[in-house]
Amino acid sequence: MNAAAPLLAATGLVRRYGGRTVVDISTLYVQRGEVLAILGPNGAGKSTLFRMLLLVENADAGEIRVNGTPVRSGDRAARKLTGVFQRPYLFAGTVESNVAYGLRVQGAPRQHRSARVRSALDALGLTDLRRTPVQQLSGGEAQRVALARALAVEPDVLLLDEPTANLDVTAKRRFREDIERSVRSGAPAAILITHDPADAFALADRIAVMQDGRIVQEGKPDDLVFAPASPFVAAMTGAELLLDGVVDRVDEGLVTVILQGGQRVTAFAGGAGVVPGIAEAVHVGYRPEDVLLSDPGDAGATSAVNRFQLRVAGVAPTGPLVRIRLEGAIRLTALVTRQSMAMLGLKPGRAVVAQLKATALRAFRAGP
Amino acid sequence: MELLADAVRDAVRLLAGLDPDVRGIVLLSLRVSATAIIFGVAIGLPVGILLALARFPGRRLLIAIVHTGFALPPVVVGLLVYLLLSRSGPAGDLQLLFTPTAMILAQAILAAPYVAGVSLAAIQSVPSDVRLQARALGATRWRAVLTHVREARLGVGAAVIAGFGAVLSEVGAVLLVGGNIRGETRVMTTAIVLETRRGNFALAIALAMILLGIAFVINVLLTRMQQGRAGPRALPAL
Repeated sequence: MNAAAPLLAATGLVRRYGGRTVVDISTLYVQRGEVLAILGPNGAGKSTLFRMLLLVENADAGEIRVNGTPVRSGDRAARKLTGVFQRPYLFAGTVESNVAYGLRVQGAPRQHRSARVRSALDALGLTDLRRTPVQQLSGGEAQRVALARALAVEPDVLLLDEPTANLDVTAKRRFREDIERSVRSGAPAAILITHDPADAFALADRIAVMQDGRIVQEGKPDDLVFAPASPFVAAMTGAELLLDGVVDRVDEGLVTVILQGGQRVTAFAGGAGVVPGIAEAVHVGYRPEDVLLSDPGDAGATSAVNRFQLRVAGVAPTGPLVRIRLEGAIRLTALVTRQSMAMLGLKPGRAVVAQLKATALRAFRAGP
Repeated sequence: MELLADAVRDAVRLLAGLDPDVRGIVLLSLRVSATAIIFGVAIGLPVGILLALARFPGRRLLIAIVHTGFALPPVVVGLLVYLLLSRSGPAGDLQLLFTPTAMILAQAILAAPYVAGVSLAAIQSVPSDVRLQARALGATRWRAVLTHVREARLGVGAAVIAGFGAVLSEVGAVLLVGGNIRGETRVMTTAIVLETRRGNFALAIALAMILLGIAFVINVLLTRMQQGRAGPRALPAL
């Protein structure tokens, strides 16, 4: 074992299906004590990557190391990488027999096995269900059994593929908490594959954003939010992409952009230090929660440099918050609480002033 | 009508008195068919597993051949085994014709495609995710295959039981290759044919009742297995 080496590291990992490259990863690693999220849309190659990292699918090229030692499918070290699938298959039998499966096939002594099974069932609150046949479980319970089963073998790295994708809101919340608690205490490291930024931000220490089979940016959650390398990363981490325009001025990391409608906005230069040049086409991104709305008669002086007179075009409640669609010289979406909506009397036709600080807007090169 | 009533009464008497002839015929039937099904499983199950899980050139053709085997007329199998084992046939030196071994061979040939075909369907009906999941928990490739087959155990078990029922009740093959020799190769079905022709309905009816009883038990077992079949175990999509 190499103490300095990452617990799991992949280099030069390539997978092709019928001439199409679906995964092409130069490096990816997870350190001891870390939860890494791989965040990307459907079709980005995440599940293929998941299966390769689990060593249940062969890569066309590349290498996977565990504790610095190269591993291949069937190696003893490979058995310490366990996975929970999006739709886990529970073997016919009881909850208990499922949780014991990994230990049984790995030849764990009976006494050790029952102690581990008990502890895994207990950790996931499944002790009362241990004799229940698996076909009687709800979706959330089945997913918890799958997690307990993967943790029971005391994996070096636990891999989770879209573990909350098939769960309803309540089950999703509970399962996220289960992962958080049990992964931190039960697995030295975890890799979470997800399309849902909420999962990634709730659970990960580090996030790698995947697009078309490649990792396009990797860093701490805050880095991705505050310095997304591309509009894609910004969108994946919850930003709205709007407003195409051309750079008019560049000044100490801030750019002034003339939008297609002729409006000017001042934005932060996005893209991890890449500052767009003058006359360059850019996209400007923002987060709906950063849009500040006020009454036109009451929009006093603030530090926000971008101010627009707009009109409410639509109101769409989403849980405790409301998305307000605004139209006028530009189109924006704002996210406000129901309380704010009532206070401002926001309804279609209402005139408002929308304000955005320059730091809340981010300009990205429009791409090649 | 009176003839039938007398025959049934005599048949019941034969059964109640555990007639040694009847007992011998029943035991031989069970021994021949049980041994045949063991060989049928030994050949058919690996073939079913291979066809269900492996991908290789000619697989579809093999599946078609296995399915054709379902419709193999017992009398044709009997003829082939007869030709194989007859004095002038390729295996004539073994002198197996008109022995229980010849009957086992013929019934095993009938059972193997049946077991293979039904096992193939049962194994294929289990989502292939089961092997991925097994391997994701540290199972070797081979162990993952065993887990997959284990998940299909109800279907495979049903194939074995139904296959046993099928060979136990066939008559064409055993009649040709066994010869229906009293005390040696006479089994329930061949005895029923012979005794009916002779007009000895009591023995024919007694054997028919036993055959029906066994068929009933087999069907009860099959029904219980099918009703005990677990529902979908993969997490349902919302």
